[in-house]
Amino acid sequence: MDIQMWTWILVGLTFTLYIGIAILSRANSTGEFYVAGKGVHPIANGLATAADWMSAASFISMAGLISFSGYDGSVYLMGWTGGYVLLALLLAPYLRKFGKFTVPDFIGDRYYSDVARVVAVICALIVSFTYIAGQMRGVGLVFSRFLEVDINTGVIIGMFIVLFYAVLGGMKGITYTQVAQYCVLIFAFMVPAIFISIQMTGNPIPQLGFGSSGGDGVYLLDKLDGLHKELGFHEYTSGSKSTIDVFFITAALMVGTAGLPHVIVRFFTVKKVSDARKSAGWALLFIAILYTTAPAIAVFARTNMIETLSNKKYDEVPEWFSNWETTGLIEFNDKNNDGKIQYVADEAQNELTVDKDIMVLANPEIANLPNWVIALVAAGALAAALSTAAGLLLVISSSVSHDIIKKIINPKISEKGELIAARLSAVVAVIIAGWFGINPPDFVAATVALAFGLAAASFFPAIILGIFYKRMNKEGAIAGMLVGILLMLFYMMKFKFDWFGGGTKDDWWLGISPEGFGTVAMIVNFVTSILIASFTPKPPDEVQEIVENIRIPSGAGEASNH
Amino acid sequence: MTDKQKAKAYWKKNLKYLAILLSIWFLVSYVFGILLVEQLNTIRIGGFKLGFWFAQQGSIYVFVILIFVYIRLMNRLDKKFNLDS
Repeated sequence: MDIQMWTWILVGLTFTLYIGIAILSRANSTGEFYVAGKGVHPIANGLATAADWMSAASFISMAGLISFSGYDGSVYLMGWTGGYVLLALLLAPYLRKFGKFTVPDFIGDRYYSDVARVVAVICALIVSFTYIAGQMRGVGLVFSRFLEVDINTGVIIGMFIVLFYAVLGGMKGITYTQVAQYCVLIFAFMVPAIFISIQMTGNPIPQLGFGSSGGDGVYLLDKLDGLHKELGFHEYTSGSKSTIDVFFITAALMVGTAGLPHVIVRFFTVKKVSDARKSAGWALLFIAILYTTAPAIAVFARTNMIETLSNKKYDEVPEWFSNWETTGLIEFNDKNNDGKIQYVADEAQNELTVDKDIMVLANPEIANLPNWVIALVAAGALAAALSTAAGLLLVISSSVSHDIIKKIINPKISEKGELIAARLSAVVAVIIAGWFGINPPDFVAATVALAFGLAAASFFPAIILGIFYKRMNKEGAIAGMLVGILLMLFYMMKFKFDWFGGGTKDDWWLGISPEGFGTVAMIVNFVTSILIASFTPKPPDEVQEIVENIRIPSGAGEASNH
Repeated sequence: MTDKQKAKAYWKKNLKYLAILLSIWFLVSYVFGILLVEQLNTIRIGGFKLGFWFAQQGSIYVFVILIFVYIRLMNRLDKKFNLDS
């Protein structure tokens, strides 16, 4: 069977599975819609969190990014896993004890203010929309390459699937589909990795394989460093980014991870505080399987690509090359007309451009793996993108129906009315997300990376101070969140979208890139919050009591909608 | 001990655990993986340079272990203070 046939079969099977689960786990109350009735087992929640978390960017783009940037790619590996330590130790248990439905719920109650609540809702919406655009794009990319439909049609198909199970099942449906999606995506990621690791090094464990030697007895990483030097690139195992930038990007991604509303809300779905801690541990374990494999894939793919293409005759390139050429994601421009592919660091002589996003998708083809493996990767990429999109949609819809409509506009709304509002806002959110997917701002990972900066700059300090600093009051928290997110938005627009006079790399403040700037904005948020709080009245006694109460684990009851 | 004192003692112990675990978290990622990466890269384990290995593998393994250690410590602490629900 050819690749396309396999892909239709595997994608069809997995989609049927997701829809089946959604029908079986429909949500009947707002508690089920927002937090799955708070009855999810910690391991199931760990699986769901891992799928929720690992997006199109993790699955499709990350190994490719690392493949092209070598050591510099470590920022994603450490950044997107280290945040879970912060989540498990500093946020998840206390937020679960607090026991409401959303992050703005916590901010609104802890800072006894609807202004704080609204600011938090706006931050949640900005973060989630920035993030979801990348997911829809990922879905479109997979459809266009493997099923040969137009990229925009792909986005629309993805929209319908997500819509179906997010609207029907709410958090309950999403949780159990995400468990299935994790299994699909991890299987799809690991199978080719293991195959290739055996092919190249004889070691079936990719994590060890990329530190081993190939058939010629030379360590793979040494060989790659050598190839890089030959072609004029920086050494693979050392970076080209400045140390300060690597430091700040890693911190922004870590803190951003811990501040992402769609991740935090997953810890509201378990029964008790100790389960929230456990879920975070399981989630990171499941995530680590993919994250420790990705750098191995990066090395295999990079070595394979250079060896297959560099200085080879264009007429003799393998079939996958032409397949990807038609999507425009690989381009060859024979500048010196010698009919050979010159792939070098020097822009003036380089003749090959390869899009970072295709490294994982093309990898099985490059390594000549069987067709079903290639199709499996397509199904896995779709699982990764859809599961994250669904989690984000839920945050968006609950922000609108719960935090805005129920808590501010119409507190008397009936449970049924709120549930309808939640479903309607999910529909609107999907349409907006689809629009972003069809008109994307930048390539997938870049947009996603910025969402972390925004989350780091806004939520993280407000939540941490709310738990660990009893004296923190509403004036400080509101000012901090506003200053943080505005500063981050300003920097992002200035250097990414060329607004406010724009600027180049040389104009970066202290040499910190927009991706790393979230750390600076976060620090500014902390300082602003604490300064303002020390000049304004301390929070009322009942709020200080809330803080004391969330610090001890016992007595975390059922979800309550008051 | 009154409930209030108990809660205070529990919180103090929790903060101590956090300080220790987060120092290790900082050490394996920011110190080994970023600040001292070049120095550590002079040491090799098989095909890996040590600094590079910490940045792309080791730190992640340690993160997982840190959370599970925290889970254990806290479960024990909850029991000791009778705060497990």
